[in-house]
Amino acid sequence: MNPLLSVSHVSKTFRLGNHEIRAVDDVSFDVAEGECLAIVGESGSGKSTIANMVLGIYPPSDGTLTYRGAELPARRDLSHRRAIQLVQQNPLSSLNPKRSIGASLRLPLDVHKIGAAGDRRDRIGALLEEVGLPDDFAGRSPAALSGGQRQRVAIARALACESELVVLDEPTSALDVLVQARILKLLQQLRAQRSLTYIFITHDLAVVRNIADRVAVFEKGKLVELDTPQRLFAEPSAEYTRSLISAVPVVGNDEVRLREQLAGIDHG
Amino acid sequence: MSVATLDIRDLYLSFRGYVGTVEVLHGISLHIDRGERVALVGESGSGKSVTARIVLGLLQELRSAHVSGELLFEGTDLTTLSAAARHDLRGTKMSMIFQDPTSSLNPVYTIATQFHEVQKRALPTLGAAESRAMAAKMLGDVSITEPDRVLDSYPFQLSGGMNQRVMIAMALANEPSLLIADEPGTALDVTVQAQTLTLMHDLVAEHETSVLFISHNLGVVREFADRVYVIYKGRIVEKGRTQALFGNPGHPYTRALMAAVPKITGGGVADVEEASEAFAEPMVDHDRQAVA
Amino acid sequence: MRRTIAILLQNPLSLLGVTLVTIVVLSAIFADFIVPFPDHKGAVVDFANFNKAPEWPYIFGTDLVGRDMFSRIVYAYRISLILGIVVLAIAVPIGVTVGLVAGYLGGWTEYALMRVTDVFLSVPPLVLAMSIMGVLEPTLLNGMMAVTAMWWPWYTRLVYNITRAEKEEGYVLAAEVIGASKLHVIFREILPNCVPAIITKMTLDLGFVIIIASSLSFLGLGVQPPTPDLGSMVADGAKYLPDSWWLTVFPGLAILAAVFGFNLVGDALREILGADQ
Repeated sequence: MNPLLSVSHVSKTFRLGNHEIRAVDDVSFDVAEGECLAIVGESGSGKSTIANMVLGIYPPSDGTLTYRGAELPARRDLSHRRAIQLVQQNPLSSLNPKRSIGASLRLPLDVHKIGAAGDRRDRIGALLEEVGLPDDFAGRSPAALSGGQRQRVAIARALACESELVVLDEPTSALDVLVQARILKLLQQLRAQRSLTYIFITHDLAVVRNIADRVAVFEKGKLVELDTPQRLFAEPSAEYTRSLISAVPVVGNDEVRLREQLAGIDHG
Repeated sequence: MSVATLDIRDLYLSFRGYVGTVEVLHGISLHIDRGERVALVGESGSGKSVTARIVLGLLQELRSAHVSGELLFEGTDLTTLSAAARHDLRGTKMSMIFQDPTSSLNPVYTIATQFHEVQKRALPTLGAAESRAMAAKMLGDVSITEPDRVLDSYPFQLSGGMNQRVMIAMALANEPSLLIADEPGTALDVTVQAQTLTLMHDLVAEHETSVLFISHNLGVVREFADRVYVIYKGRIVEKGRTQALFGNPGHPYTRALMAAVPKITGGGVADVEEASEAFAEPMVDHDRQAVA
Repeated sequence: MRRTIAILLQNPLSLLGVTLVTIVVLSAIFADFIVPFPDHKGAVVDFANFNKAPEWPYIFGTDLVGRDMFSRIVYAYRISLILGIVVLAIAVPIGVTVGLVAGYLGGWTEYALMRVTDVFLSVPPLVLAMSIMGVLEPTLLNGMMAVTAMWWPWYTRLVYNITRAEKEEGYVLAAEVIGASKLHVIFREILPNCVPAIITKMTLDLGFVIIIASSLSFLGLGVQPPTPDLGSMVADGAKYLPDSWWLTVFPGLAILAAVFGFNLVGDALREILGADQ
């Protein structure tokens, strides 16, 4: 089966004055339709650069991105915009404070001419309901919502244009732990119901362990390991992956044991 | 028995605003013995950060804030101190580390100058050369290998992790009896965060500094603290020694928090119900259980 | 909105500002019903009552041809406000659009637009207006054009700076990823976030436009007689100080009241709307 998205020998170089920074260095991986691929790394790992190239915010310096067998152009047309959507880390910033929730959700419907103009209001109500919010939220401003509720709206907006691939850029890092669990649950449900494909960008390996089908570990612009979370946590092959796992703050005794066990593995 | 470094009894806080009075803390009691590392853990809006600000005496100066209760710092009641006396305590007997190290340092002065400023709070006559020698030694204590280069740098020339270490060194420069750490390292990468916490843990143990550690991250708390207070909506819902509390969480809220944290051992995403009535149950005190 | 008004009325200074602005605006609108001598706005001569100190019914005294000062001041408010509103109605849309486009598009567009703006900003406003008025005929229409020409760049600067900051916000990225047009992003997403700052500046500027217009008239380059204007009244009366003090003091106080009022309201709005940049 052909992958949904194929990233092939992609590099990205940024120029800062006389310096050249290679943010992404010859990276290749596939994303299968319906899977949740986690991209893990710390700041400077290149994980956000990968996301921005997939979203078409800027093109790669080298290499190609292929979506459903066709190369993604530097200037995306509306069909690609519609297919690939984004949920950002900070819902306070990602929703326009001066526009109502309804107006924010209406934008993708208007841009992609989804449904008749007359039933947009019903669609907005249905979207809100799908992410667990009452439909009268459409008239509210983002300031009247909690962090978790705002993130639900941002998710609804990403799904409004019936997208296929959603890039989730640290979608729960700004949230409290109880809210995080609810949002992760919602994301899982939506993926199942809508047969979505996720690229889940995060620095939190504990989250990855519980939601991803495969994990790509990035270090300084390079892909250092790509495996299922089960195998990655049982036997990380890269030294860097091990250091990431052992840095995760844990709460359970069994987790402490797992961490100690990993620290004990000697690859020498 | 020696006097506790910090003893908070029945602390209430409310804010007067346009829409009337908002109660933020509903009678919090908390104590930290000498050399003890105590964590106050809760979600945003739980009242954990305002508690730290009250201890530092920063909220009392707001006209809209109403604070009541006892705040004993090494036996002296902070509530009876003047604003000037509270100011004298900050940076000398009490110091603080903030979430984002880079923005807490002043970008227009070198580390050496800022270190000197901090030291002068306790030793007003300290000269630049002496200050530099002492600062270099303290930077060595936080595992900075090239103290001279760091001292001559500006904060933006250093990495976040390096700035965090500088902050820790500065916070401990005047040998405070109490260090308040508000979400330290949250803005840093996980590996750097883990390193700095270990470093801070060892240093405060060595100096016998008492620490009030404010955090939302249960895992970090488990690794750092001797004792834990869990705060929910302005009330302490559970307290106890770290091992006891994490080994056997008693309060429904603590249990929900623990269940909600994703585990590196897997098990999927926990089902968390919306705010439950059970969260309002009375406090679970692990120390009292042990006695009984 | 209701909250904004409630807060405006709570603070004593902003309450004073609101009161002053209300008096100025209402008297300008209802001038015909307020003033005792409506025809004194024009070329009326009444030598029986010329140069009178304040006395009933001439509460602000009369001028050198016997016209009621109070009537003329109220009509002068009307002219000043119309001038201010027309200037802002032209300058603000131009300045705001240029600022939004330069700030959002960046690159060469930004470079070209902002350098033009800088050129206008580097000329002192009064000097530019004076030179334009010197070349053209000194009429009210030309006066408005002159003031407008030097006013829009300030809005460009203001909006440009806000746009540059807002461009980095997540909601702009979200709209771009959805595929929204540049027009939508600029006018529907970014512009609403500039509005509080624009409204604040407009309120402050109504006061400044009155001052600039008065300054031009004072120099004989603005509103021409017999149309009443606060600046010309001060200029004409200045020759007869201190004996005929009412000829300058009342128009002067009238300028002060209007400018002070608009400034107080503007400052209060800045704080309430959080339009600090």
